[in-house]
Amino acid sequence: MKLSHNKNVLAGLMFMVFGGAFFIGALDYSLGSGARMGPGYFPRMLGGLLFVLGIIIAIEGFIEAKKSPDEPIGWHIMPMVWLLGAVGAFGILLAGIPAFGVPAMGLVAAAAAMIIIASIAAQDKKWKEIIISAVVLSTFCALAFVKGLGLQMKLFPWS
Amino acid sequence: MTELLNNLSLGLSVAITAQNLMYCLFGCILGTLIGVLPGIGPVPTIAMLLPITYSLPPIAALIMLAGIYYGAQYGGSTTAILVNLPGESSSVVTCLDGYQMARNGEAGKALSVAAIGSFIAGCFGTLLIAAFAAPLAEVALKFGPAEYFSLMVLGLIAAVVLASGSVVKAVAMIVLGLLLGIVGTDVNSGVARYSFGIPELTDGIGFVIVAMGAFALSEILMNLEDKTERELFTKSVSGLLIKWVDFKASLGAILRGTALGSVLGILPGGGALVASFAAYTVEKKMKPKPGEVPFGQGNIRGVAGPEAANNAGAQTSFIPLLTLGIPPNAVMALMVGAMTIHNIQPGPQVMTSNPQLFWGMIASMWVGNLMLVILNLPMIGVWIKLLQVPYRLLYPAILLFCCVGVFSLQNNVFDIYLTVLFGILGYVWAKLKCEPAPLLLGFILGPMMEENLRRAMLLSRGDASVFVTRPISAVMLGLAGLLLLIVIAPSIRKKREIAFHEE
Repeated sequence: MKLSHNKNVLAGLMFMVFGGAFFIGALDYSLGSGARMGPGYFPRMLGGLLFVLGIIIAIEGFIEAKKSPDEPIGWHIMPMVWLLGAVGAFGILLAGIPAFGVPAMGLVAAAAAMIIIASIAAQDKKWKEIIISAVVLSTFCALAFVKGLGLQMKLFPWS
Repeated sequence: MTELLNNLSLGLSVAITAQNLMYCLFGCILGTLIGVLPGIGPVPTIAMLLPITYSLPPIAALIMLAGIYYGAQYGGSTTAILVNLPGESSSVVTCLDGYQMARNGEAGKALSVAAIGSFIAGCFGTLLIAAFAAPLAEVALKFGPAEYFSLMVLGLIAAVVLASGSVVKAVAMIVLGLLLGIVGTDVNSGVARYSFGIPELTDGIGFVIVAMGAFALSEILMNLEDKTERELFTKSVSGLLIKWVDFKASLGAILRGTALGSVLGILPGGGALVASFAAYTVEKKMKPKPGEVPFGQGNIRGVAGPEAANNAGAQTSFIPLLTLGIPPNAVMALMVGAMTIHNIQPGPQVMTSNPQLFWGMIASMWVGNLMLVILNLPMIGVWIKLLQVPYRLLYPAILLFCCVGVFSLQNNVFDIYLTVLFGILGYVWAKLKCEPAPLLLGFILGPMMEENLRRAMLLSRGDASVFVTRPISAVMLGLAGLLLLIVIAPSIRKKREIAFHEE
């Protein structure tokens, strides 16, 4: 019986963590009374409810896991790292990190970098294709969103 | 009746100005496009485009966004029929018989019956909105905070019951959504809740961010893990003009699907997906005519019924949004966002304070449906070409547009980093089979529910029995309780599992 293979055990734990965290966080806000609810009333109610629901789901999973062992869930971490890394890189390149003195490089560089990093996640990648699509899409973004729709975004490091 | 005609003609006069026609067309084409492409649906697309609509006049923006939603219903069927993949979640059942028809060399017939069925359903749905919106809005104006609170409870519970998967998990996702929704400054006390001292969080979490992370990012990640090969039936697309015999054979199914879809669309939690499942089940239960192809092997009714139903459901799910201001599904939740961006408070007062917008949008849906039927059949070649674009090229582009959309929401890069966080959460939820749609509904309704609960309790001086002593509120809470009991009851639970297992 491997509990880490059961979806409901894990989901239940997750809901318990969220519910507990929201409940504890809400203790800082005044509860008020039924007629005059303070900012802590609704979140405390819901946080507690979520915690209880989490327990129910986890127990359900526990019983399931006892009856029949589950297949491993199969977490694929690397594609997620590339994809989310691409999103993060887009943010950093687009706006820079002023607190650390990282300059903003603008939309064109950010878009190209994002396409390249995100493409790494695919199993059947072809570098030639990736470079072409990075060039095409970053040009398209600059023309369509900034020139066409007039969104306020820095295009290049020097603009 | 004359009032209805007057209203509709007012709407038409708004809808067929050159500018609005153009946005309607754009929305329909874009909707079909994302409907055809598996792996991106109306939720992330509308979320992505929301910030961009900021610069448009409100009516044009809403017409375009609505077009995306019902356009996606048309597009989804094309992929289902030709590739056996649901381009859109609501066309899951269309795969069953549609793909078999394509294999039998009847792809053209399947595509055209899907388009015609969708058109008939779309027209009927639009008429229904026009007819029922006014009386319903009048009822809604009499609602107090207690009624609104109970209505939202009913809506959320119904959303759970009609969704697939575990009921307890879906309820937990709703509650989590409600909690995430109240992050930010509390309107009554001015306390910034759960903001961790981050100034960006005092305004709350943008729902676009939640939608992107939980729908778009996690969907891409799940697709990257999926290694099934696609098989495309393109050579056999011919004979797009439907024969009279086939039309006669499918008309009954179209009408039944339309009726069923219209009803299910109005119900909270309903909409296109549930409607198509229900319609397929009904068609399958009907006694087959002698000589008819069995279901699952290319029966035309198996395409006509669900396709009509999903389109009707997509149309009528606008009714609760426009009359009560309460979104029945995730797409409508985004429409609430679109309206708030333009300073329109969704609800019964829209019709009286903004008749041009209201009726213009309704009329545009009919215009849009007409456009879709005209567009779709001749443009089928274009969509087939598009289906041949490999996913490895598509997903980085989808991701890029999502990021541009998130950033332009407030021109703040913090939102992009927050999207990363929700992307991780979305992937975890997808892996643990926790559905994100109830979460998004809860997220939108969170602040509204708290506000109405507070007001109701304030008016009753802290007496919670107000929710059961006011008749309308009591009925709605009773219905919600009944629904919960029904799904938890073991016999129905089993049946429900079978119904959703057929996907």
